[in-house]
Order: sequence, then structure tokens, then C-alpha cells
Amino acid sequence: MAYAAVSGGENAIKASIELTRFFRKDEPWFDPSLMDGALNLLLDKVMSESGFYSEKTAAIALKQCEGSTEEAVFLLRAYRSTLSRKYYSKPLDTKHMRVIRRISAVFKDIPGGQRLGPTYDYTHRLIQPETRPAAILKLEDWIGDECSLTENEYPKVVDLLRDQNLLEYNPDPMPEYYDITKRPLVFPCSRSARLQALSRGESGFIIGVAYSFLRGHTVFHPNVGELRCGFAGILIEYAVDKNDVWYVGEILLTEVDCVLPRTVVAKTAVGEQSLRIATGYGVAFGRNETKAIAMSILDCTMDMPGDDPCNNSEFILLSGDTVEMNGFVSHLKLPHYVTFQSKLDRVRESVKAWNSDES
Amino acid sequence: MNRNYNFAYLDESSKREIRRAILNAIAIPGFQVPFGSRELPIGRGWGTGGIQITLSIILPDDTLKVIDQGSDDSVNAVSIKRFISECTGVGMTTDSETASVIQSRHRIPEIPLRSDQILVLQVPEPEPLKLVEGSEVEARRMHAEKDYNLMWLRLFEDLVQFDEIVAAAGYPVMVNGRYLTNPSPIPRYDVPKLNMSETLCLFGAGREKKIYAIPPYTRVEALSFEDVPFAVESFGDHYCCKCGAKGVFLDESYNEKTGEKYYQCSDTGYCNGRRAAGNRADIVCK
Repeated sequence: MAYAAVSGGENAIKASIELTRFFRKDEPWFDPSLMDGALNLLLDKVMSESGFYSEKTAAIALKQCEGSTEEAVFLLRAYRSTLSRKYYSKPLDTKHMRVIRRISAVFKDIPGGQRLGPTYDYTHRLIQPETRPAAILKLEDWIGDECSLTENEYPKVVDLLRDQNLLEYNPDPMPEYYDITKRPLVFPCSRSARLQALSRGESGFIIGVAYSFLRGHTVFHPNVGELRCGFAGILIEYAVDKNDVWYVGEILLTEVDCVLPRTVVAKTAVGEQSLRIATGYGVAFGRNETKAIAMSILDCTMDMPGDDPCNNSEFILLSGDTVEMNGFVSHLKLPHYVTFQSKLDRVRESVKAWNSDES
Repeated sequence: MNRNYNFAYLDESSKREIRRAILNAIAIPGFQVPFGSRELPIGRGWGTGGIQITLSIILPDDTLKVIDQGSDDSVNAVSIKRFISECTGVGMTTDSETASVIQSRHRIPEIPLRSDQILVLQVPEPEPLKLVEGSEVEARRMHAEKDYNLMWLRLFEDLVQFDEIVAAAGYPVMVNGRYLTNPSPIPRYDVPKLNMSETLCLFGAGREKKIYAIPPYTRVEALSFEDVPFAVESFGDHYCCKCGAKGVFLDESYNEKTGEKYYQCSDTGYCNGRRAAGNRADIVCK
């Protein structure tokens, strides 16, 4: 059946939805809650790109769309549009989070210590049909203890550098908080808006643009000053007494500070000129390390002069949203009969004019 | 109607924000008002700007018509109608005379619209200057200073290169003599309908997060040169093979079996109306 037949659109859609259900095979035994635990990183990716922290809803969304991350992000964002926003949390205190993993690639010893924690970095990527050999089961108890560490203060590595006055001083010209889920992203945008857009950005896109910077600029080599992953508590200001807060729960997140030594002359807080180290910040829901690192790099490169994609904040922030990129690319499947007809008319007229010039 | 969600899907404060943007847009004809575009259960780029406008202005006793490239029965029009009907329960129609709100993608109905109706157009790319200027910051400056030289130059270069202005659908227009505006990808045939129209026209770009408006009785002029007047698409002597209409916007189609070219009305509501009134063509489609 033609997809925009003169009649029958309604029936075509009904049949198409039925067929989609048929291909999805709604197995009753497949409970979305099984994903929470078994497919953690998939849930983290989807929650991060949708800007919606709920493992349960993310799992339902993923089941509903046969595991497509673009569709799952879409479902979560659309659901989010129906919820009224009642509170803004206090800024997260990531210095005091329950850290499950923390590394620095710039100093061997850091105050609070490095902690390798859970990572695939040092696994050998050999397909293992048997994913849980009995021997590892014993380790689980130990890992469990390790992960349930209580809150501890871990000083930030970049603060070490900042205290020694080695960082580039970049006061935010627009320091007030800007919510991109309620207000449009307009340029030049504040850093707050930029970081939100990056953190919600499509993982592959963010990582790809950051990679293009690494490949194209061998002169600059950013370093991971610190990567930490853990649970941070969320506090909300108590409406009646602004000095009081409510604790509403905690979220798992990955936070990265990258450092980029730059041979540029920068203005410092007190006005003198000297060489400094630039920093970039990345954060993403869940265990989302590559994306958080890439985000921290782009936060840095957007402030650098240059004509490459990594320097162009309009390009990165406007092209990198999962729902927008997938929506618009797939809209090409819609009929364009009228617009194409209009273009065809121009082409025919132009050819006609060209032919009459020839003769 | 689905009672699990608010009337018209979005929460009330979101709808109010969108209505404020609409009021701003009406106050400055042709100016693109940025707004906090919300995600909808419909694809981003599939009409979400138009849908957000419709959801924000629609009332329980409205009657809605949704068309996609002229067609009431195109799958995306049907899909949008189903969504809005589910979350509002308002009546739907294919007749542009009885509709109080008409949401359209890339067409303006053939029958002139009235002052008690609102036309909502879906916009993929609201910025007319995108043709000549990639940066949004720079384009905003050009609008502020009414600096449209690059656009004029572009049209002139078309003439030099192709003997024709090749801008097709979405032809740039000046609104109220002030703002260069993208009329959305309507064919050039529909552009004159916007000039001094009785109807309020609202334009929504969901992905690009802009709303703009052409209020009733506003001057809308297609950019053209004195010696090269603006020209609409021409269909020669062709007429609709269903209702025989001539001088309307036609879809060009090809017979599935013989490959023969034939034409039919792009505006299906108009075509059905004519046929109901007894109009027939002397040839038969397909």
C-alpha cells in the first residue's frame, strides 16, 4: 500500500502498528526490570541522552522499542514533557559523593587516592558465552562491600592546580543558571546551557567530535585530570526556610575534569598576563566515561579560536541532540510531493531557458 | 480521549509559555521568537512546532483539520490527527470551511480562509537567511539591522547563473516591510495567499525552537526584482484528473502500469468538495 495514498492512510497506520508489534515479539517472560543490573550501561546511555534519571522508566522504554536507544530516548523525553517541573536541586556536591571509581591521569598520587573500581578498560575483549564463572561469584561479596562505601571527602585534582594559580581564569559572563529544557538554546549561550546540551548530547556524536579534535590537533593533548564515578546526593531547598534542605535521593554519575596545557597568554584574576592550563568539565548520568571525557574536551575546545567543528559551539550544540538528529533525518521519509514539485518546476524552467538560449 | 495526560498533552505552564511566545510573535510580524520547545511523542522534525502551537491554542469546542502537503489522508496528517484527538477529544474535519484551526505542512488550502480561523504551519527551518549565512548569531544581527543584501545578491546570482530565481518552495518573503521571513516550504503558488490574508497564520519550528506569525491584514511580499517579477509554479493546461480543476496546485503522478503522467489536486479536501458538487474530469486517473 502506498504510504500517502489518496485514501487509506488511517488503515495503513493501523496495519503498520500491528506489524511492528508482531516483529517485536512481546514475550511475557521478558520483564524490563531484568535490564536494571544486566544492561546497566545501556540504561545509563539512554538516561543520559534523555536527561531523565529513572532506570525503571528507561528499561520500560527500551523494551517497548526493541532496544533502540534513539526511540527509548525519544519516549523518555516525550514523557518528560508532560511532567511539571516543581524544584531545582542545589548544585550537586560531587566532592562528597560515594565514589566507586576514581582515577587521575596527571598525578600518580592524589589526595584521597586512586581507585580503579569497575571498568572494562582492562578486561580482554574475548567473547565469553558463560558470563558468570563460579570463581568470580566469590569476588562479588568483596565488590559489594567496596561499592557500598559511605560518603567520603575526595578533594578535586583540579583544585590542586587552581590553588597553585596554574589554571586559566575564565569568569563566566553569564553565571546564572539557564534551563535548556524550558528555554531555547540561543547563541552566544551561557556555559550552564552549553554543559546541559553536551551532557544530554548523543554519545556517538559527542565522542566523534571530540575525537576529531584529538586527531586533528597533535599539538594539543588534553589529559584526564580526574575521572570519578559514584553516587551523589540530591538536595532541594526547603521552600519555607532557605537554609534548610531536603534530601531526595542519590544518582549515579560520571564526572571528568580534563586539563589542556595551552601556550596562550591569558588574563588572570588580578590582571597580569601569563601562561596557564585550560580546563574542561564533563558529567553524565550513570557510568558513562567516554562520553564524560569527550564532553570535557569539547567544553575546552569551544573556547579556543579555530574553524574546526570542535571549536564551533553552534555546530556542536545544535547538531548533537539525539531526538532532534534522529527526528529530522527520519523526517525525510515523509512525502515531499509539493516541495519537490516546486523544485521540479524551477529545474524545468531553467532547462527550457537554457535550451532556448542554445537555439 | 486519553485521561492519563493533561488536556492537549503538555502541562499547563508549558502551554502558557508557548502562548506567550505566540503573542510576542503576533506583536512583531515575521520576527522569529525563540521558545522552550518541548519534546512530543511525535518525531522531532515531523511537525512538532506546529503541533505545540495547536496544542497550546486549541479549545474543547474547536474543530481541527490537519493536512500534509495538501492531503488530509497522508499518513503523517493522520498520525497527528490521531494524537491530538486522543489528548484533546476535539472534532476533526477534512473540510477547510468548517475547521476553526487548520494545521498544515507545506500547503495553504485552495479555498480562502476566514478571520475566524487560524492557520498553523509546520516549519522545518525558520531562518530564511540560512541560504546565505550559517551562523545564527550573525543571522540575528542581520535581521536586527535589516541587512538583507546577501539575500538580494543570492537571488541576483541565481538569475546570472540559471536565468531563473531557483528558490522553489519556501520562497523568501518580506513581512510588513520589515522582517525577511521563511513562509515555510509552501510552494510559490501559495505565497500570494499570505498577503493581506484575513486569517492569523502561526508558524512553529519545534526542532529549531522558533515561533513566528503573520497577523491578519499584513503585507507579505515575495522578494523580486522590478524587471523579473515573482513567478508561481505553472501547470500549463493541465487539470485534475479527478475533479477537472484547473489553475490550482497539482500533484504530478505516474500511472503504476503504463507510466503515463497525470495530475491531480494537491488539496484533497478541495478536490473531494468539488467532486461532491458533481465536478468530474473527462479523463480517469490510474
